[in-house]
Amino acid sequence: MREPSEREAGERPEPPDLVVVGAGPAGMAAAATALDGGLRVALVDSGAAPGGQFWRHPPDHARETVPTAGLHHALPAYRAFRATLNAHRHTGRLALLLNHHVWTAVREEHGFAVHAVDRSRPPEERAVLLRAPALLVATGAYDRQLPFPGWDLPGVLTAGGLQSLLKGGGVTAGRRVVLGGTGPFLLPVAAALAARGAEVVAVCEAAAPTAWLRRPGPLLRNPAKWAEAARYAAVLARHRVPVRTRTAVVAAEGEGRVTVVRTASLDADGRPVPGTERRIDADTVGVGWGFVPQLDLLLPLGCELADAGDGTMAAAVDDGQRTTVPGVYTAGETCGVGGAALAVGEGRLAAVSVLADLAAPGRPDHRRLAAARRTVARHRAFARALARAHPLPPAWSAWLTDDTTVCRCEEVTAGAVRTARTEGPASDHRQVKQLTRAGMGWCQGRMCGPAVHCLVAPRGRPYVPAERLIATPVTLGALADTAEPPPDRTCPITPD
Amino acid sequence: MTAVTAFTVDGEPLPFVPGQTLAAALVASGRIAWRTTRGGRRPRGVFCGIGVCYDCLVTVDGTGGQRACLVQARAGMTVTTGEGDDA
Repeated sequence: MREPSEREAGERPEPPDLVVVGAGPAGMAAAATALDGGLRVALVDSGAAPGGQFWRHPPDHARETVPTAGLHHALPAYRAFRATLNAHRHTGRLALLLNHHVWTAVREEHGFAVHAVDRSRPPEERAVLLRAPALLVATGAYDRQLPFPGWDLPGVLTAGGLQSLLKGGGVTAGRRVVLGGTGPFLLPVAAALAARGAEVVAVCEAAAPTAWLRRPGPLLRNPAKWAEAARYAAVLARHRVPVRTRTAVVAAEGEGRVTVVRTASLDADGRPVPGTERRIDADTVGVGWGFVPQLDLLLPLGCELADAGDGTMAAAVDDGQRTTVPGVYTAGETCGVGGAALAVGEGRLAAVSVLADLAAPGRPDHRRLAAARRTVARHRAFARALARAHPLPPAWSAWLTDDTTVCRCEEVTAGAVRTARTEGPASDHRQVKQLTRAGMGWCQGRMCGPAVHCLVAPRGRPYVPAERLIATPVTLGALADTAEPPPDRTCPITPD
Repeated sequence: MTAVTAFTVDGEPLPFVPGQTLAAALVASGRIAWRTTRGGRRPRGVFCGIGVCYDCLVTVDGTGGQRACLVQARAGMTVTTGEGDDA
């Protein structure tokens, strides 16, 4: 089904009541709920199609050329949200801004100003300014990385990177792939790669398989998760993909690209057990150690954080997804990583709060709201159990050598970070940055921050990401544009 | 999948499938590294695939510092690689 372009859909929309940043499961659910409740919504996303990482799709014009059949889960919900969003584009109440990168959001007297750049015609950047009384941030999360020797060799990708190439571009990045890290996300990536012809030589899960049995309650209350895991297990069995638990990728080797992966069994503390190391021929490695919430827009606004229970901080929210800043709402992985079903539930709850706070006429009845709250609570309990069952191995730094790169951008080594801790005063990643330049490069510590934190901070203290005033690099030209935006640049028109 | 069109990478045409990013097209062609780091001149290509890590930087039509994993490939685009991350 091809959607009509915004131009066919009608005249220039009026200013929105709500800006939603991020069109993944949480943002789509929130936008759909708010639109159904009568609000005007601007939904902004950096991607070329709505869906976020979970429902990542190629852009609409490429549906025929990039096949995604069999790569997705919970598609009926995605299609329903798209249909709702599409219907509201016809009414002119939804502005869907794809390929738009939001670089900051600031509080104003009567709401918020959201600054974005339209990158739909690269390398051109056009400034876009959106104003609304309410702001909903649904920017998700990205793979958490722990460095290991050779992790900066080409051929090593994040698990999410392998998946994004596959879902968004139809590209299987390697022929012989080893996956490593912890958490159930490794399984769909392995299953999808195997189904598309890659030989997945091993999935190395650092956690113990019995970890779930210590607290089986949340697992028993979420039978759908059992069924999902069983489906992945069936695909992996069909392709003879071995899943090795209590095992980690401890090194990658090669000249200019990966050719060999070294794995080892881990003891209870996460230390490689001597004599268990295996060398595996492989051209590609995918790694992920859970996820880090993407809080770039929320931190400068002054939103308070809360311990997410998985070693990182996340946005603090009330039971209606309100942050501590009035008018700012957040849903999905920004308030703790928990998967798409939880994100959808939180998105709905957040939109209901917006409807209530703006005194909009359309609101769901109390029974449906209570049911949504129960669903969110159940999924959140599952997510907490997940985090406990898949912790970072406390002794993971045992597989680092002094010359292992920790900060990929500035090429700061583990040895330099350790020296900053032992000989300098560094006890958090900000101080390490000042002493070593770790986190000072292009990615601004998004990749190395959690690992540097683990290397220097007291055990048990969760990672607090650095505040970055600009969430994505923008050109001076685009910045200059925003000072006095011409009227046509403030008009939210979806690129063709 | 059939390639129907191309952009140029360092002067050479590179076919791509409509909808692919520059990174996806490069990886599909077998290229996994296309620039070097400023300090150690280490090879870098795509790592995170979602615009967070900045490993995959390229120059697009003369503008440096573009993330290949976020830029949609278009026919006739001129992409230059191999420069440091101060490109």
